[in-house]
Amino acid sequence: MHDLITLAAAAGTGPGELKDGLQSIGAGIVYGAAAIGPGIGIGIVVGNAITAMARQPEMAGPVRTTMFLGIAFTEALALFGFVLFFLAKG
Amino acid sequence: MSLGVFTFPPIDELFRWKDFAFDGKFYAINKTSLLVMISSVLIIAIFVGGSRKMKLVPGKFQSTLESTYEFVDKGITRDVIGNDATRFTPFLGTLFLFILFLNFWEVIPFIQFPPTSRFGIPLFLSLMVYVLYWFLGFKHQGIKYLTGHLFPAGVPWFLYFLVTPIELVQILLVRPFSLAVRLLANMMAGHILLTALALLTAYTLENAPIIAIGPFALNVGVTAFEILVGFLQAYIFTLLTAVYIADSLHAEH
Repeated sequence: MHDLITLAAAAGTGPGELKDGLQSIGAGIVYGAAAIGPGIGIGIVVGNAITAMARQPEMAGPVRTTMFLGIAFTEALALFGFVLFFLAKG
Repeated sequence: MSLGVFTFPPIDELFRWKDFAFDGKFYAINKTSLLVMISSVLIIAIFVGGSRKMKLVPGKFQSTLESTYEFVDKGITRDVIGNDATRFTPFLGTLFLFILFLNFWEVIPFIQFPPTSRFGIPLFLSLMVYVLYWFLGFKHQGIKYLTGHLFPAGVPWFLYFLVTPIELVQILLVRPFSLAVRLLANMMAGHILLTALALLTAYTLENAPIIAIGPFALNVGVTAFEILVGFLQAYIFTLLTAVYIADSLHAEH
């Protein structure tokens, strides 16, 4: 951190601007990292739901309802990341 | 945020509207609360008006209303809670329609702002659901509602050190919070995306009109996608409410 401040001062950037910049980078990483897991998770949920529907088309209704439930629970984690993004940006 | 000359307004500018009546009071009216009131009046007018003079063979209008009711009754109440729980259909149906109407303001031209993207509205709705499922849980299962969640059967005793705190946080905090945040974040993200694309279209139209077709086509596509999202979020909110109610009525097997 101290090295960064000296580096920024050499380039003519104040510590306040440096803080803003780092905050923006951190916020970006927060949302990006939070989207990885749920992305994989939703893929698994939907993929398996499609397999189930293809094998047993007569069960498509209940499978679809359960799929939306699974998506909703998985997606919540990504959305927490989305909220943290705004908090981290300050 | 700015890319060269193109500047994106701060988030507050997209979501905070000026009060235009009763300025500064807690009951001040701005665009958000006005839209909420209009939607409530619209829903009441459509459904009360539509259910007067019902015919045995329904016309177009009546059958639309009937299939909406049936969608909630069959697709959500009966499928999730059970055939004996039709007394919850009015509540779930009202919840579904209210969120649906609020979400659809996002894609109505010249209004294009979903009131559900302000935290107050999803938070209030989810707190209502929160109170309801705790009340129903204790009414139908007594203290077993809590103990059944905290100490699930068939788990080795040493795992309770891990399971019990997680379950406690889950039913006390994560459930209502995620219910509210899911609706909020989806509508908020959609609104930000649409605004960004619209601003980009306006900016490119001024500077390089040929490229403007790109953001504009994207804007139209995302608007169509937002209709789907608005419907899906209303559906998921209602579905999860039904799941929580079902969890309160019957103990887990």
